[in-house]
Amino acid sequence: MTTASRSFDWRGLVLPGLLLAAWATVTAAHWVDTRLIVPPAGVLRTALRSLADPSFHLGVLFSVARDLSGFALGALGGVALGTLLGVSRRADRLIGPTFHTVRQIALFAWLPLLSSWLGYGELSKLVFIALSALYPVALGTFEGVRQITASQAEVARVYGFDRRQLLFRLILPAASPQIATGLSLGLVYAWVATIGSEFLLANWGHGLGNIVIKGRAAFDVELIVFGMVVIGLVGTLLNRVAARLEARALHWRRVAT
Amino acid sequence: MQAATSSSHPIAPAAAAGGPAVRAWIAVAGRWAAGLVLPALLFGLWLAAVRGQWAPEQILPSPALVWQSFTELWQSGELQDHLAISASRVAWGLLIGGGAGLLLGFAMGLSATVRAYVRPTFDVVAQFPVLGWVPLLIIFAGIDEALKVSAISIAVVVPVAVNTLAGIANIPHTQVEVARVYRFKLGQVLRHVVLPASAPSLFNGLRQATMQAWLTLVFVELLASSEGIGYLMVWGRQLGQLDLVVVGMLLIGAVGVSLDVLLRRAESALLGWRRVAF
Repeated sequence: MTTASRSFDWRGLVLPGLLLAAWATVTAAHWVDTRLIVPPAGVLRTALRSLADPSFHLGVLFSVARDLSGFALGALGGVALGTLLGVSRRADRLIGPTFHTVRQIALFAWLPLLSSWLGYGELSKLVFIALSALYPVALGTFEGVRQITASQAEVARVYGFDRRQLLFRLILPAASPQIATGLSLGLVYAWVATIGSEFLLANWGHGLGNIVIKGRAAFDVELIVFGMVVIGLVGTLLNRVAARLEARALHWRRVAT
Repeated sequence: MQAATSSSHPIAPAAAAGGPAVRAWIAVAGRWAAGLVLPALLFGLWLAAVRGQWAPEQILPSPALVWQSFTELWQSGELQDHLAISASRVAWGLLIGGGAGLLLGFAMGLSATVRAYVRPTFDVVAQFPVLGWVPLLIIFAGIDEALKVSAISIAVVVPVAVNTLAGIANIPHTQVEVARVYRFKLGQVLRHVVLPASAPSLFNGLRQATMQAWLTLVFVELLASSEGIGYLMVWGRQLGQLDLVVVGMLLIGAVGVSLDVLLRRAESALLGWRRVAF
């Protein structure tokens, strides 16, 4: 942290280098069961084969599409719920306690129930992913709305804002930093929920999670390792894009600071 | 339910007449009553749906059936067994993952050299969701206890290490300076400067870690298990006995609420001294 962030610190590469070297050595020398700890070259081969395989691309595409549509649903619901709870004390009193209690049910516990009610198809996954994104977005929005000061609301009243204007020109813009925080957290949860639901409902539908968990059933360790990397990379990529979009969307706030 | 709606307006005339204690009591009661309206409505809807047979019983078990399954499982001790197994998995995961996370966080926080070597790798690995590890862990650890404990440990390491690191990074420079003036030894620095200053952050890490551990446990038990609450739900799902699934959900929710309350209590007990400053 104290070193200049511009200049590249080579020391960060030592650990991954050592790990890779150790991995290559123990597998090359057959010190371990190479069916269990597969050689790096094997993973690379699987990676190249998968990248050339259209069904792999399709799986990733399906997962990302599922993730984003579930996230969009959950985010919309979360902003709506958070705004409602934030604006209306009465709504907060009526819905808040239930919301905060239901929130404590660990997310994956919903999946058996959802899959019984909505079937094993796309719908239950979508609802599940939406639910995973809803909580953080609703919480963020709620916090954002609650920190709007009375004087800000006063100004809106002086301008004679109607309800629509109040929502779109005061409440949502003023709460936008917290909403953005909630959204980025929601995106992380949505990806976890996507992969998790594909793992748990492995025999239904296509997706990255299905591919990886089927690799486990076939004892294809190379595919599992590669799949793990892709899951991490896609998640990271989604977060990066979201951070970019957030920075651009909230650009106007920089003027103030 | 009627009582709940009628007393949902806490600022009733009676409140104004009573003393402040009575008024506070009525306000609390009102908050509770208001909070119970929605659950009561949902419960009513559930009852009506069962009465009206809107859905077959396999899909919509009646509240009575859920209650009956719950009491049966509780009286036979089966439910407690599942709970105890799940709890011990979480405890082991927290212990192992938490220990490793603390070690990693302190090492990276206190030593610039360790940070330079380990931090970039840690940051990359921390980006990977724990779920991604699970198939690989199944290959290495099988589907028994080792799988659950290792998955939970991995889930715990990241939040603990991140928050420890953040807690140490936020220690004011002046405090370290003072410690240097007093010629504190490393142990003293840890005890009198680092720990108190980073305690809130450490606790934050513990809270996040506990929640992550619980979430991961439920996932792993649903995916591959022969005991535990998650297994109970999978089993109920496979038998088409949704009452067991609902019992599992309620139990998981109850544990989640208890953990939340417990952690909040512990935080205010442990970090209560900080309140004085504000």
